[in-house]
Amino acid sequence: MENIPHLRRYARVLTRDNQQTEDLVQDCLDRAWSRMSQWQADTNLRAWLFTIMHNLHVNTLRRNSRQVEWEYLDGKDLVDTRQTDQEGAMDLRDLEKALNRLSADQREVLILVCVEGLSYAQVSEVLNVPTGTIMSRLHRAREEMRRWLHGDEIPKLRRVK
Amino acid sequence: MNRTITQEQSQLHAYVDDQLSEEELRQVEAAIQSNPEALQQVSDYQRLNEQLKALYDPILDEPIPPHLLKPRSTISLWRRIRSLAAAVVFVTLGLVTGLYLGVNLETEPLISGTEADHVIDEAAMAYSVYVPEVRHPVEVRGEQRDHLVTWLSKRMGRQINVPRLAEFDMRLVGGRLLSSEDGPGALLMYENISGSRIIIYACHAEERATAFHYAQKSEISVFYWIDSSVSYAVAAEMDREKLLPLAESVYSQMTF
Repeated sequence: MENIPHLRRYARVLTRDNQQTEDLVQDCLDRAWSRMSQWQADTNLRAWLFTIMHNLHVNTLRRNSRQVEWEYLDGKDLVDTRQTDQEGAMDLRDLEKALNRLSADQREVLILVCVEGLSYAQVSEVLNVPTGTIMSRLHRAREEMRRWLHGDEIPKLRRVK
Repeated sequence: MNRTITQEQSQLHAYVDDQLSEEELRQVEAAIQSNPEALQQVSDYQRLNEQLKALYDPILDEPIPPHLLKPRSTISLWRRIRSLAAAVVFVTLGLVTGLYLGVNLETEPLISGTEADHVIDEAAMAYSVYVPEVRHPVEVRGEQRDHLVTWLSKRMGRQINVPRLAEFDMRLVGGRLLSSEDGPGALLMYENISGSRIIIYACHAEERATAFHYAQKSEISVFYWIDSSVSYAVAAEMDREKLLPLAESVYSQMTF
């Protein structure tokens, strides 16, 4: 039960839409209950739930063939439930905009590592990609965000090295 | 696209994310001290981590939409949740007992953190809400003891005894039905001649028995235990020593 807020947070990052967030969490919980027997007690329950959620999300995207590049959205459709009256709220809005310019892959790695504090190995399992790829996504995401921290506009088209 | 990053870069990330072994940690620390660029990189990453947390942590505090806590279509979901909870509790019990106590399960049953928390919280909450109530502290008054027993037992789906505490000069004020985290909860209230009150709170729990536990919630002392899938709590604004004999008497009358 204490994982639900974390699932909602991850779903929010994945879908960036309030309604879709709740749907995804619900689907994820449904699937988790029905597959409870597959969960191994010695593994991290939250990481396992994230894995299910990630897969559901990928499937949904595929089904809707909405391989839209999300990069250009500025997150205006998100209802802002955060402290809008406090100083620093503007910075957070800016941060969100900057994050929205990253690729979905990079954003996912950032939240799982920096916010959820999963190990690289766990993230690699959740996203089902090798740790090396995780590291390179993490590196590129952080470097992009660093440029933003230093006041550089993140180029809308990510550079191809 | 460049798919690989250098070992040094990887280690800087691992350093920021606290994923290095102690030895690696020392090496990286030493290396970055003499490298202003790496230092800057690390401090930027740390700042970014803080900002990301500031952005996303508030989501954790949002209320969970109630429908997420309920089954979508069938009641079997709750059964699954219960069996999951039971499994988790069981595994935890096994681990804790095995690792730390090294004795068999039956000797010292433990109460799981969350379950304990919720009965303590609910008992303390019920105490703070209803004890100050002068005119309507209860729904069914103590004069109707038999009716109270029948009503609460029916609503709780199991026999709820109403203990007698006359030897402590406590008379039954009455009882009411509450909503607990897991279905109905029952509240019984007693008071002495000077108006000092205690409550007994009962709600559903996992099927098992635990020992007698004590917790303190601000000024409120709570004794609690689980017996035959009911969590019981005795709560009062009283010293632990003063409440203990009362709680023991309730315990024996509730679970004979």
